[in-house]
Amino acid sequence: MKCRVCRGPAVIDVRRQNANYCAPHFLRMCRDQVAKAIDEFEMIERGERVLVAVSGGKDSLACWHILRELGYEADGFVIGLGIGEYSDRSTSYARAFAAERGLTLHTYDLRAEDGFDIPSAAATTHRVPCSACGLSKRHLFDKVARELGYDVVATGHNLDDEAAVLFGNVLRWQTDYLGRQLPVLPARNGFPRKVKPLVRLGERDMAAYCVLAGIDYIVEECPMAAGNKHLGYKEVLNQIEEQSPGSKLDFYFGFLKRASAKFTAHAEAEQDALVPCTRCGAPTTGELCAFCKLVERTRRHEPAVSQASS
Amino acid sequence: MKVVLRNPRRELDVPAPISVTALLQRLELNRESVLVIEGDTLVPGDAVLSGDSVVEVRPVVSGGCT
Repeated sequence: MKCRVCRGPAVIDVRRQNANYCAPHFLRMCRDQVAKAIDEFEMIERGERVLVAVSGGKDSLACWHILRELGYEADGFVIGLGIGEYSDRSTSYARAFAAERGLTLHTYDLRAEDGFDIPSAAATTHRVPCSACGLSKRHLFDKVARELGYDVVATGHNLDDEAAVLFGNVLRWQTDYLGRQLPVLPARNGFPRKVKPLVRLGERDMAAYCVLAGIDYIVEECPMAAGNKHLGYKEVLNQIEEQSPGSKLDFYFGFLKRASAKFTAHAEAEQDALVPCTRCGAPTTGELCAFCKLVERTRRHEPAVSQASS
Repeated sequence: MKVVLRNPRRELDVPAPISVTALLQRLELNRESVLVIEGDTLVPGDAVLSGDSVVEVRPVVSGGCT
């Protein structure tokens, strides 16, 4: 295999592009694709402060690395979710990434700050762990970005993530979710804009980027994600992609180009009906936002041991 | 040749030489969902693994919330 750019020996194939790359040109292609996404969807303006939501995994660390390479003022934010040793290990990768590069990493410990962790939240509320985790992370990204004066929150969602979510939303015709499944969610009610700079790159690209750029990340999967329905959707989509390279890109970008607008009016009407949470100010449909309800409910059921340790 | 698999971590002995494509077929793995790593770099699909060093087959699919 030869590199599409320099004709030197290639180290990776990108089948959806029908192209192979050597290491330097693969890294450049990834940066170019992120720059293209930022430009195409007007994600970040020069001079804006970006808070990158990092986990210690490949996508978020690659996202942070690329944004810095592209010259953006990007700091990191990591949440200790309390998922046993997994959380400790994953946050340690984020800390090491920041320390080695002299970058600013903000940290937040869910148990210390809010008195619960993801396993206890899932157990008490009978929510799927990924649901309680996603709810908590989205809330805290917003809260911390607003408190620290960031203009934009960037997440490491990649093409595979977006295609899998779209697949699930289409399977059940969840029109409210379809209306919000965009690479950019605008700033609203004092909360920052949210952007997904990796939407033009797959997760195989991001793992390859980390290996070739010398970024150490947690390879182990979150123990609470086992059996997650999105993993199943990704498996199905990868089987399709193997037979028909480019399918995931066409599926997601075809949706954005041809169908997304049909659902946004419904989602915008829902957004307009939101009011501030009486406790934290986050947008919500009722008196308390979903995160404050989660905190309240989980604290009521916390085991005695956590009370004793605080 | 030693092949390291992850999640969970385990080692397999595979006869070498073998191409990356043949290795993934033997392991029944979708090439979209893994990287093959030798030393600190990637090995492309048409490369033949000689068996001189340990090869890691690393999963790239991660799940969880959105």
